[in-house]
Amino acid sequence: MAAGQRRLDIEDVGDVTVARFVDKKILDENNIQIIGNQLYGLIEQDGRKKIVLDFSNVEYLSSAALGKLITLNNKAKSAKGKLRLCGIRPDIYEVFAITKLNTVFDIKPDRDQALSGF
Amino acid sequence: MSTPHRFNETIPSDLEAAERIQDRIIALVEKNGFSDRDVFGMRLALEEAIVNAIKHGNRMDPDKTVRIQCEVDPTRVCVEIEDQGPGFNPVDVPDPTAEENLEKPGGRGIMLMKAFMTRVEYVGRGNQVVLEKVRDPSES
Repeated sequence: MAAGQRRLDIEDVGDVTVARFVDKKILDENNIQIIGNQLYGLIEQDGRKKIVLDFSNVEYLSSAALGKLITLNNKAKSAKGKLRLCGIRPDIYEVFAITKLNTVFDIKPDRDQALSGF
Repeated sequence: MSTPHRFNETIPSDLEAAERIQDRIIALVEKNGFSDRDVFGMRLALEEAIVNAIKHGNRMDPDKTVRIQCEVDPTRVCVEIEDQGPGFNPVDVPDPTAEENLEKPGGRGIMLMKAFMTRVEYVGRGNQVVLEKVRDPSES
């Protein structure tokens, strides 16, 4: 996999940045590293404050991916920004629920609800 | 009862090799008619266990290998994963769902394996893990 390959589709909706995962699987370490760096860049380089992460394409993710999401959430909070997740299918929601990360992240059923009132 | 699919393979401490062997095991699990949910859980548990063996067990050392033994039949999947590291005691891994750990990035792999597998057992010096998934008889 090329290091520079785009793993996220980025779209600005008003003052909210919607980042949609391109991959079905957010599993392997290299892929997660690239995604993590792209996501961190949204906050650290681009200074975006409101980010919606759209999981509607994602069928699998691992604990390493959860770790990146937690770090991203912490970075967003430090920068006085906010992160919302949406479009998480039931299998993957179960992963968040087992690890109690559904209590850490602001999770909405779909993109429209994530954008609403953000 | 059909003959179980079995293999025993040694892979290098390489994440691409890990992905290939996961795909091979998952293909067998699908071929044996396990549900989508079981396939999801099996893939997740395999990913966590094999990546742990390579990263934390062998510390990515290219001179070390991971041995994987797999047995699949329509009622059960059993995969043993053994690295060449010093091993560890899973009891020493902090609870990632404890309030003070919830926002720490690591430490969720073992919990996820246990949630999706019927049995997760660390044996030997803790450098070998057994993952077992027994098919729910109520499933079609």
